[in-house]
Amino acid sequence: MNLEYFHLIDRIARLSLDDRTITVEANVPEQSTIFEGHFPGYPLMPGVLLIEAMAQTSGWLLIALMKFQRMPFLAAVKEAKMRTFVTPGEKLTIDASIIHEGSGFTMTKANIMSGGKLACNATLTFRHVPFPNPELRGYMDVMAKRIGFPEQAMTDG
Amino acid sequence: MTSTFDRVATIIAETCDIPRDTITPESHAIDDLGIDSLDFLDIAFAIDKAFGIKLPLERWTQEVNDGKATTEQYFVLSNLSARIDELVAAKGA
Repeated sequence: MNLEYFHLIDRIARLSLDDRTITVEANVPEQSTIFEGHFPGYPLMPGVLLIEAMAQTSGWLLIALMKFQRMPFLAAVKEAKMRTFVTPGEKLTIDASIIHEGSGFTMTKANIMSGGKLACNATLTFRHVPFPNPELRGYMDVMAKRIGFPEQAMTDG
Repeated sequence: MTSTFDRVATIIAETCDIPRDTITPESHAIDDLGIDSLDFLDIAFAIDKAFGIKLPLERWTQEVNDGKATTEQYFVLSNLSARIDELVAAKGA
């Protein structure tokens, strides 16, 4: 994770288009300016960033399912639960799966596990549209390579 | 047998917390009931599930944006119900 740049996923561990599921790894950094304010002397991973991590995990699943042709944008968060504190240095496993694929939107459910225990979960809604410009598409290509997005899923697009 | 309109009205009432008795076949989901596009995604989700279809929201929106259709054609509830019936029939054909 690089919190300042919203890089909340380190590596895709498993992606199954058949099961429509994804599992990623995300290591909370030991140091971050975020922790200087959240909170002084008691650093905690902000809940909004945990939700963002679940959104990014879901987003990569959607990008794969849509053959890298469309970009998902977070539209709604439901039933988000921060069940435990997440602290610097924790190694997180995040999984996401599809609840429903509608026309122009998709709903997912996502879980964050830490130390074998459920730390957070949420139900998320995304709108998706064709990539709005080449710059964003190019950025996502770079990010895909960085986190080990399967080559096959990229070339299918 | 419950009509498609009744099922849709119940979905809208429960999803958007709108009194059921204010929802009529003539109601326009957007103009009369004040449902915005994000709330309509929840309604579409519930309709998709309830009827086993996939409302073609993207195509409808594109048609409205292109001036090829009016919002009334898709979002007045009697018309929406008719569209749902068509989609259900097409699925079973």
